[in-house]
Amino acid sequence: MDEARIARRRLSPRLWLAGGWLLLALLAAIFAPLVAPQDPLAQDLMLERLPPFWLDGAEPGYWLGTDSLGRDLLSRLIFGGRIAFIVAFAAAIAACLVGSTLGLVAGYFGGWADRIISRIVDVWMAFPPVLFAILLVAVLGTGLSSVILAIGIIDWTRFCRVIRAEAMGQSRMDYVENARIAGYGRIGIMLREVLPNVVPSIVALLSLEMGIAVIVEAILSFVNLSISTDDPTWGGIIAEGRLSIHQAWWVLVFPLITLILTVLSFSQFGEALKTRFDPVLR
Amino acid sequence: MLLQRFLIRLLTMLITLFGVAVVVFVVIRVAPGDPIAMMLPPGATDADIDRLRALYGLDKTIVQQFFIWLSGVVRGDFGTSISLRQDVLGLVFNRLPATLELAIVALIMAVALGGTTAVLGARERGTVVEAGIDVASGAALSIPDFLWGLVLILLFGVLVPIFDISGRVSPQLDLPFVTQFYFFESILRLRLDLTWDLLKHMLMPAIALALPLAAIISQLLKQSLKEVLDLDYVVLARVKGFSETQVILREALKNAALPTLTLVGVQFTFLIGGTVIVERLFSYEGLGNMAIDAVINRDLPLIQGIVLVFALLFVLINLAVDMMYALLNPRLRHG
Repeated sequence: MDEARIARRRLSPRLWLAGGWLLLALLAAIFAPLVAPQDPLAQDLMLERLPPFWLDGAEPGYWLGTDSLGRDLLSRLIFGGRIAFIVAFAAAIAACLVGSTLGLVAGYFGGWADRIISRIVDVWMAFPPVLFAILLVAVLGTGLSSVILAIGIIDWTRFCRVIRAEAMGQSRMDYVENARIAGYGRIGIMLREVLPNVVPSIVALLSLEMGIAVIVEAILSFVNLSISTDDPTWGGIIAEGRLSIHQAWWVLVFPLITLILTVLSFSQFGEALKTRFDPVLR
Repeated sequence: MLLQRFLIRLLTMLITLFGVAVVVFVVIRVAPGDPIAMMLPPGATDADIDRLRALYGLDKTIVQQFFIWLSGVVRGDFGTSISLRQDVLGLVFNRLPATLELAIVALIMAVALGGTTAVLGARERGTVVEAGIDVASGAALSIPDFLWGLVLILLFGVLVPIFDISGRVSPQLDLPFVTQFYFFESILRLRLDLTWDLLKHMLMPAIALALPLAAIISQLLKQSLKEVLDLDYVVLARVKGFSETQVILREALKNAALPTLTLVGVQFTFLIGGTVIVERLFSYEGLGNMAIDAVINRDLPLIQGIVLVFALLFVLINLAVDMMYALLNPRLRHG
């Protein structure tokens, strides 16, 4: 008990850092047109491959330098954040709704419902996820809604597996039996008694899934299959950076740092939520 | 008992594979965009398109197409690639060894790194060393292989350029190999100059794939070791005068390894799934890299073949791990 408390207190500064970064990145993305120092699409071949501000040859106003078309890197990262966060929230919620519902049904009702849903999960787990995502976006056509839909279609199993196991455990507990004796219907018990008890896990998974969605979106734009090629995305910037790595390392370094910080922050949040809601540690 | 367990697993495996075949077939056929139109030069007549469509069987209904394809697959005929105009199975078998080599090298690295840090962390439990291992494995786990690959490209491809950042082998080299397992064959033939060249290309993608798995192994194995280390028989070994490292390696590891083994199986399939993008990142000529090209070219037979081979690999690994677990677990063995 004491150990758990100490562990939680030790987590705290990390949680503040994670929350701080996500808030900063989110606000920058929301107010991108006000915050970004330059037009993220403006090309200027006179300004190509400017280094970041602390190096010789940097131009004021282009803090993180420019890419091979002379576009401002910082502004592109800020605008890219818009797509990253929209995908993170929308795709995670889509995966969560489908996965949690099926997991709850499979775990609570058991029997045939469980058998069918578990078989579908087996099939889904036999696909390499990145290949599945690329295939789906190729089929659905590039664009924001395709990316969100594809991630939702692939990642619902993450929620389903965990929530199924939890709901199964909950449905064996005394309080569920009591509710049944008291005359509540099966669906009523599932929604009113079991669901509230698995919500903490759902919330923790949701945070982890947002980090995953950001990565998948970056991977899709890296292979040039995400949004239209005009809009800046983190993955798209990384793809440019990978090509000009020997001439302009900063075009790869800054989006990479941005992605790593974002993913780490989401996973820190998820971990912290998991410990906070875990009845054993609480 | 074991046989029954095996047969049930085999049956579910076939159902899963059938499910994968149905899903990938339906998904692909729903796709807009005509692969036949992409193959022909502009100016081709409608009659040309129809003839080619009939040649690839695309003029039949989707259910007919599925069963024609499936009956071929059962006989080992996966069809002909539309973009490369070669036998799909041949193409897949040509590329699969490259991916398997990469995945196996990554797995060995993950087990070695994860195992070492777990034993070290368990021996130094409660110290700064354990705390350091915890932080490192936490970071290694949270950052996915795609990002590790990019970090490695920057560190060892650009900052300190000691490794090659693209390809599988230097193109100017003469390759005497008869199999596609270049790396393993080069070791067997004692052509260590080629082994070194292959390793220089393979090391970074392998590390990128290995790091998240190493972290999982490290965390789980350390946890199991710490639990076992308080048990009577381990205490007895310590009283007998064995050093803590000896106690861990000789007594504790055997019993702590079982839960980790099951997990490594599932995680190894995730690692193989990761090869798709990591191969792309390093332009490594494996199955995953070819898969992405197949999707971009809308090469339906090739996509189907590759996805099915990946799925087969995944269910076989799960089956193997399940059987290994049953063989090693005394409770199931005698049950």
